[in-house]
Amino acid sequence: MRQDSKQASKPFRFVSTDRRVREDRRFVAGKGNFVADIDLPNMKHVALVTCPYPAARIKSIDKSAALAVPGVHYVLDGHELAGATEPLMTGLETPNVPRRPLAVDVARYAGEWVVAVVADTRALAEDAAEQVKIEYERLPYVLDAEKALEKDAALVHEAHGTNVLLDKTFVWGEVDKDFADSPRHLSLRVKWGRSSTVPIETFGVVANWDPWREVLDVWASIQMPRYNEQISNALRLPGTGVRVHYDVDVGGSYGVKRGIKNTILVGYLTRRLGFPVRLIEDRLENMRGGDAHGPERVFDVEVAFNDEGIIRSMKMRALDNVGAYAGRSPFQLGKPIGAIVGPYKIKSVQYRAMAVTTNKTTQEAVRAFGQGPTNFAIERTMDEVANALGIDRLEIRRRNLVRHEDFPYEIPSGSVYDSGNYEAVIDKVLAHTSYEDLKARRDALRAEGKLAGIGIAACLEPSGGNATFEAMLNPKINTSTFMDSCRIHVDANGTITATMHTTSSGQGHETLVGTVVGEVLGLDPDRIRITRPDSLNSLPSGTPVGSRMAIVLGGAAFHAAHKLKDKVTAIAAHDLGIPLERAVYANGSVHDRDAPDNKRSWADIVWIAHRNYHRMPPGMEPGLAVSHIEQVPGGGNLPTPDQRVKMYPCFSFEFHLILVSIDPDLGAPQIECYRIGHDCGTVINPKIVRGMTMGGIAHGIGAALYEEFAYDDEGQLMAQSFMDYLLPSAHEVPPVEIIHHETPSPLTVLGQKGSGESGYLGSAAAVANAVNDALRPLNISVNTLPLKLAKLGDAIAEARSR
Amino acid sequence: MKAAPFEYSRPATVDEACALLAADANARVIAGGQTLVPMMAMRLARPTRLVDIARIADLSYIKDDGDGVAIGAATRQCLAERSALVKAKLPLLARAIPWIGHTATRARGTVGGSIANGDPAAELPLIAVTLAATLSYRADGATEEMPADEFYIGPTITNLPAGGILTAVRFPVWSGKVGTGFHEVNARSSDFAFVSAAVQLALAEDGSCERIAIGIGAVTDFPVRLASAEEALTGTKLDETAVRDALHAALADLEPMEDLHASAEYRRRTALVLGARAIADAKANAQGNA
Amino acid sequence: MRIKLNVNGKEHEVDVEPRTTLLDCLRDVLNLKGAHAGCEHGVCGACTVLYDGVAVRSCLIFAPQAEGSAITTIEGVTPAPGELSPVQDAFCETHGLQCGYCTPAMVLAAHSLLAGNPEPTREEIVEAISGNICRCTGYAQIVEAIALAAERMRGVNRPTEL
Repeated sequence: MRQDSKQASKPFRFVSTDRRVREDRRFVAGKGNFVADIDLPNMKHVALVTCPYPAARIKSIDKSAALAVPGVHYVLDGHELAGATEPLMTGLETPNVPRRPLAVDVARYAGEWVVAVVADTRALAEDAAEQVKIEYERLPYVLDAEKALEKDAALVHEAHGTNVLLDKTFVWGEVDKDFADSPRHLSLRVKWGRSSTVPIETFGVVANWDPWREVLDVWASIQMPRYNEQISNALRLPGTGVRVHYDVDVGGSYGVKRGIKNTILVGYLTRRLGFPVRLIEDRLENMRGGDAHGPERVFDVEVAFNDEGIIRSMKMRALDNVGAYAGRSPFQLGKPIGAIVGPYKIKSVQYRAMAVTTNKTTQEAVRAFGQGPTNFAIERTMDEVANALGIDRLEIRRRNLVRHEDFPYEIPSGSVYDSGNYEAVIDKVLAHTSYEDLKARRDALRAEGKLAGIGIAACLEPSGGNATFEAMLNPKINTSTFMDSCRIHVDANGTITATMHTTSSGQGHETLVGTVVGEVLGLDPDRIRITRPDSLNSLPSGTPVGSRMAIVLGGAAFHAAHKLKDKVTAIAAHDLGIPLERAVYANGSVHDRDAPDNKRSWADIVWIAHRNYHRMPPGMEPGLAVSHIEQVPGGGNLPTPDQRVKMYPCFSFEFHLILVSIDPDLGAPQIECYRIGHDCGTVINPKIVRGMTMGGIAHGIGAALYEEFAYDDEGQLMAQSFMDYLLPSAHEVPPVEIIHHETPSPLTVLGQKGSGESGYLGSAAAVANAVNDALRPLNISVNTLPLKLAKLGDAIAEARSR
Repeated sequence: MKAAPFEYSRPATVDEACALLAADANARVIAGGQTLVPMMAMRLARPTRLVDIARIADLSYIKDDGDGVAIGAATRQCLAERSALVKAKLPLLARAIPWIGHTATRARGTVGGSIANGDPAAELPLIAVTLAATLSYRADGATEEMPADEFYIGPTITNLPAGGILTAVRFPVWSGKVGTGFHEVNARSSDFAFVSAAVQLALAEDGSCERIAIGIGAVTDFPVRLASAEEALTGTKLDETAVRDALHAALADLEPMEDLHASAEYRRRTALVLGARAIADAKANAQGNA
Repeated sequence: MRIKLNVNGKEHEVDVEPRTTLLDCLRDVLNLKGAHAGCEHGVCGACTVLYDGVAVRSCLIFAPQAEGSAITTIEGVTPAPGELSPVQDAFCETHGLQCGYCTPAMVLAAHSLLAGNPEPTREEIVEAISGNICRCTGYAQIVEAIALAAERMRGVNRPTEL
């Protein structure tokens, strides 16, 4: 518990008001600073040569024809790069599964990058890439995760001896006893298809080595913790030899833009070749070999419950197909541990996390880092328990929910749900849209000859980014610090600059910081400039992952602003000759509580701080500069010997209630009605939070119905472009009504919780549950995402023919 | 995704265009480019020269020639979409056009371009086949004609001779109590169809079907007419059972495609559903028309 | 080859390979960075520009094809440095964007729609932007922005013909 924890109290002046998002201004004019907008003199361009086979030994590489193409400067292969760099960072201890930007000796998925060509233009680099002649010897391959577990399966990494990267079972509570004591059991298998949040901008990076200052400048479309650290480690540079520019606008990320392969590649090339080097993935490079793929997970869930539907215990095995290399992705099995029981009071849990390599593209992080698929598994299970007992699916959830009076609520795996009022959110949604009315609408659609179903999902968004799942899955990791920072400087003119130390991809962080600082100081947020210094000028930041920025960056900005306010007050008190307790700060000026006309204005205080040292409190630093580095609330712990740990501190809640109809002859699903109740505590900017929720819902609809990185039996990715990887357009996302509720967190400076993953956490589950409800009269259940139209059509036709 | 290098020419006349094609076997015509350019970006198509016919005025028109409407091959799809003449005389075409791609692609794509490309799931080839359009093309200094049902021989494979350029499509106009129906199913409303059905019919005074054309797209390598169903249904009142039986029998002869998006059985089954719906719609709007 | 392009009301003479798309020509040669590459195969719409007033995908046009047409980019609908058009301002009011990557294209699609249809229904707005993919917003606040822009533009005093 923080000793000096402050919490601001309502009513707020700026927080929670309907303010514009200041970043929008530059974007509507096309004046963002995206990485592809950056032109450096003498900059050259990279294109990639990729492996066409799912597994192959690289026997020879003939660069001669490529090098002869006019305008080509270099052709780089995996051996040269491996000799000059360290392997990329992985999370697990898997030294025999090294990961490098370019394949070395063996390529392990169709689309893996094998050779990089550098030329005057991207077009010329592509021309030359076609001229590189690579001789491959095909190797056996495996694509399916369960097949990869079999004894005679092809090994993706021979030296590792198995395809298993992670197989860890956690037992929290008396699972076997609870199962034995429960009268009812149910098993279910569900599959989350390989999909991701696929931003419209691909990953891009520009690197330039300055040999005179010995610094590598990097501009990238990045969203990743420890980016500069990974660059310096891999390129064998000191940390101070890498300067990442955080003022690059990232064109969407939602978890995925890690780009470390790309960065090491261009980082090496610029140092080797002596000019700036740029790699902007084209869409094919991105889909086949970039960071585009997400979890592909099979869940086997077993629950033990009683006749009233109270679920006492759950066993879950999550088997994840992480593709050919171990990046950060196995950890996506660990994060859900922090909310493994969802919003329910399940007493004991057994969780087996398995990450398996196959000859598919490497999986990368995705929005919510595995929580979306896990929520899908939990919510499908809730529905099936209800169906087995003949209890209403809403009622079964009510019976199992953590209640308002139970908070703070500790779950079996050790996390503590900070606050919530799940029933209130649900009641609010139902007050807005009556469950009975929705059922009546469903029945009317059925009477018209359609299939129709109601979908419900009640899910949590763990927020704050206390990523102790790393230590849970890899005991060698002892990281318990997850921080963020803010520095505030008031210049001699009295204008204020606050800093943040990472990139953003549309979350409105500048607006967040300005609003929080303005709130504390009682000054117009829009007059506060927010800057993003580069990494050499920055304080630490955990970057926007884990739905953490409102909480931790917000906390840092809050505390920094308080430090500034305290300093301003102290300077004024001293100059007024009054004790500190009598000094009252109000909107930038300070007055004597007992004699309000006796005051110092903001301008006065700035003048003293910058110019009149003789009027400063003794021993106080001149100027008006403060900073604060904030640790995640409730953080600073590591797993206990019995494998329990506090993870994310704050838990937002969402309740989806939807109505879906299906044309039974075509299998085409249509969302008729979409309601979501959303509680993320104090909302700092309503426009931002609303946008996040809407966007997350669209992602979830995509994952549920349209999107899949599908492979054929030859190991070829069939969805290589947007012609086959189907992204929801405005037609596919129905109007959504958000019903808002606020249960503040007691742990954060403003009561705010995270909302960066909202909507996505539950929408796929809600859609899947609605479709299943629609198909129930035909005795069909569908548990593999995406629920593609034609497959639904086939299932319906098959059921009807029986 | 940058195209392989090529030369660019913008001839002023069709014959100049033909000459450029004749001079280089790897030269290709470009008009709207909505299909060709993506293929070039992916380097699946690598013409050595692009012959731009988009602005040849002679190739852009929509003309009423009595019992037909002729559309110049380089006419933008959006012009056909807005054309009062097309709405009045070619109601089936008018129904289908809004399904083609997006507003932004119809602003560039041409009627002739889509027809000459012959994607199995494209709307314009389906309408051309269903209405038994006549395609005109220029080759070796002469203008030739070919009926649509002889034009397509495989998926995006046509009988257009090497060096030939499609110059016009002429759709016959039906008289009498005409009705049309068009249905398509796809994952997203603007995607290529998984299955499509186009129907135009004319009713006799007694309400029976005097004439009917039924086209099915996206099921086979190129759009086809269900001739046996058309025959079976001509002269009937088009009751539901008769329609389904006729369609069922006709579809049994097809070998539907199977791919990432839909199984063969899905296509066969859905062709029946959409065909029946299109016929029902056509019948209803024929009855509504004077 | 040397070609003349009319962009935002100005004539430019450029020397490009024929295979240079209009998108790349605008960005790399004319330094107009507002049109963005999202897929380079005509699906995502992030490259949208106005071509003779109509929204099109600039990644599907080779630069030489564009000779003879009037091209308008996002830079061309921005009234002046630091000033926003009613459509752009409406996007800011409703927060009809997040990362900004698809935004110039959405703004231009809105301009294209409203030029021909000053009172679009929700369905018409959805149809008009259905060719532009956004991964951030779920479209809701974009649709609201366009509806708001339409409403404000209808309320504007219009000069009447004498």
